[in-house]
Amino acid sequence: MALLEITNLTVEFATAHGSLRAVDQVSLSLDVGDIVAIVGESGSGKSVAMLALMGLLPWTATITADQMSFDGKDLLTMNAKQRRAIIGKDISMIFQEPMTSLNPCFNVEYQISEVLAQHFGGSRRSHKNRVIKLLEKVGIPAPETRLKAYPHQLSGGMSQRVMIAMMIACEPKLLIADEPTTALDVTIQAQILELLVELQQANGMALVLITHDMAVVAETADRVVVQYAGQQVEQRAVIELFNNPRHPYTEALLSALPEYAKEKTLNAIPGVVPGQLDRPAGCLFNPRCEHAQDLCRQKPPQRSEGILCHYPLPLKGATTDHVEASL
Amino acid sequence: MFKFLFKRLLVLVPVFFGVTLVAFGFIRALPGDPIEVLAGERGVSPERHAELMAQLGLDEPLWQQYFSYVGDVLQGDLGTSLITNRPVAEEFFELFPATAELAICAMLFAIILGIPAGIIAAVKRGTLVDQGIMSLSLAGYSMPIFWWGLLLIILFSNTLHLTPVSGRLSFLFEVEHVTGFMLIDSLFSDEEGAFKSALHHLVLPTIVLGTIPLAVIARQTRSAMLEVLSEDYVRTAKAKGLSPLRVIAVHALRNAMITVTTVIGLQVAVLLAGAILTETIFSWPGIGKWIIFSVFSRDYYAVQGGLLLIAGCVMVVNLTVDLLYGLINPRIVH
Repeated sequence: MALLEITNLTVEFATAHGSLRAVDQVSLSLDVGDIVAIVGESGSGKSVAMLALMGLLPWTATITADQMSFDGKDLLTMNAKQRRAIIGKDISMIFQEPMTSLNPCFNVEYQISEVLAQHFGGSRRSHKNRVIKLLEKVGIPAPETRLKAYPHQLSGGMSQRVMIAMMIACEPKLLIADEPTTALDVTIQAQILELLVELQQANGMALVLITHDMAVVAETADRVVVQYAGQQVEQRAVIELFNNPRHPYTEALLSALPEYAKEKTLNAIPGVVPGQLDRPAGCLFNPRCEHAQDLCRQKPPQRSEGILCHYPLPLKGATTDHVEASL
Repeated sequence: MFKFLFKRLLVLVPVFFGVTLVAFGFIRALPGDPIEVLAGERGVSPERHAELMAQLGLDEPLWQQYFSYVGDVLQGDLGTSLITNRPVAEEFFELFPATAELAICAMLFAIILGIPAGIIAAVKRGTLVDQGIMSLSLAGYSMPIFWWGLLLIILFSNTLHLTPVSGRLSFLFEVEHVTGFMLIDSLFSDEEGAFKSALHHLVLPTIVLGTIPLAVIARQTRSAMLEVLSEDYVRTAKAKGLSPLRVIAVHALRNAMITVTTVIGLQVAVLLAGAILTETIFSWPGIGKWIIFSVFSRDYYAVQGGLLLIAGCVMVVNLTVDLLYGLINPRIVH
């Protein structure tokens, strides 16, 4: 049995202009030890799908799914209290902005020991040693001296390490990292990613990495889910996907990598992800797709072999050149 | 910390001159003078008037009077009341506990009701509960104190006979003034029922004086909470699996309190101004009523001294609030 099983997850928001479908029939299956990356541009519903799993969406969101279970427990039918016993403990999530995701009014020890006290009982003080060990584990030098530090006294990278320490405190089975490196300096980004993979291997947890950085995907993930406008357009193993993208959107994302730039201009995908009011008929990607044909503009595609496209790109013989080029 | 305190104390210098100048100028700008008021309808001959004014030192040029007054104040002498002939400071501090007791109760009333009301309105944003709380708060904020006081007296004292109309204690009791705070004095006196009577007398003035701060605090708490509830760290707190109560009352409220504390500090000045009206309505023997009386009797020194001391209270409260920030918000280091 898979650790996490999501089938046809749909999230809709009630807005002033009617309902907005942010996530459209997304499915995901994860086993212990898997690293899956979810990629796509801003507005493709990557974070929303995971926030739905965590139960962190505002009340304006309506969540429907055929199945959403974690570790054998049905997340769809459980009440808020039962879910709170799981999130922060067995499933936890780190966010994009470490500087604003930590509470400015409480020190590092308070914020980490709080989650331990919440899920394992005992007073916050009784978990002090565990907090020191966690800070050590996430690579914070001289952790004892950092216990009483407030978030404003920490750098971005340091804050993200504290955030990670907080979220792995209860040794979760699944860690969701929502663009954990976007707000950080490039040099720190690599360190944080390394740390996440290290922790993933040491604790044997599953890791979902939400990102729009294909280089990050190539370095860390085993499997990639490509999302566009709330829909899952392709889901493949990382090497296969880099070598032989089948969906035109994946191909476009890959060719937008600076490494593939010819001459002095970077490749870009023209246009933007459609919003609530400008969704095209047929395939949602058709206005931006190089390969779009009449059928694409008329009829939404059906999923076949995990690819949501009328005319998937042809299958090539397997080589690894592509991945190496991007690394 | 000491540097901060020193800087803040330095600001007191211009405030001191401002307050003394305004109090000195305004009371003299009113028509009439203490002698005329004392003489009443009978009047006084111009010669006798000039003689008495000279006796009180009120015939000197204004700038000379001002500087000799400021000189006295700097030496700790606020002057003597022209009516009662007692030192102004002594009169003030005798009456001050009554006002302080009322103001503290009114503030507690406003905080204890206002903060939870604001939190509930923010959490239940857009619902009937929110709209109800905010409408009540707007009504409370717009209610003139004297009118609100009279309405409450008509309902609770006249019709329902639940509360007394005026004063601090029933005439049946004789309580020795030790602290000047009637609740404390009556609690430790051997008069049975005195505490209950003191409490009864406090109810209406507290509600009347506390209504405006209550409305302001509720509104400010709501808007501060709404802002904080959409912050990333609140989402983090939820992601930790904490209960909604803990997320709101610990993670969100602590941050919202930073702005709410400022508002509470500013309301103290409003409260002391409101005390003047409230004390007049309820015959509450505090400084508000005393200052009104002093203005009517053109008791120059009492008015000047009283206003200066009230300004001092406001300054002390604001300084305390600034120091409290350091406790609530770790980003501020004095």
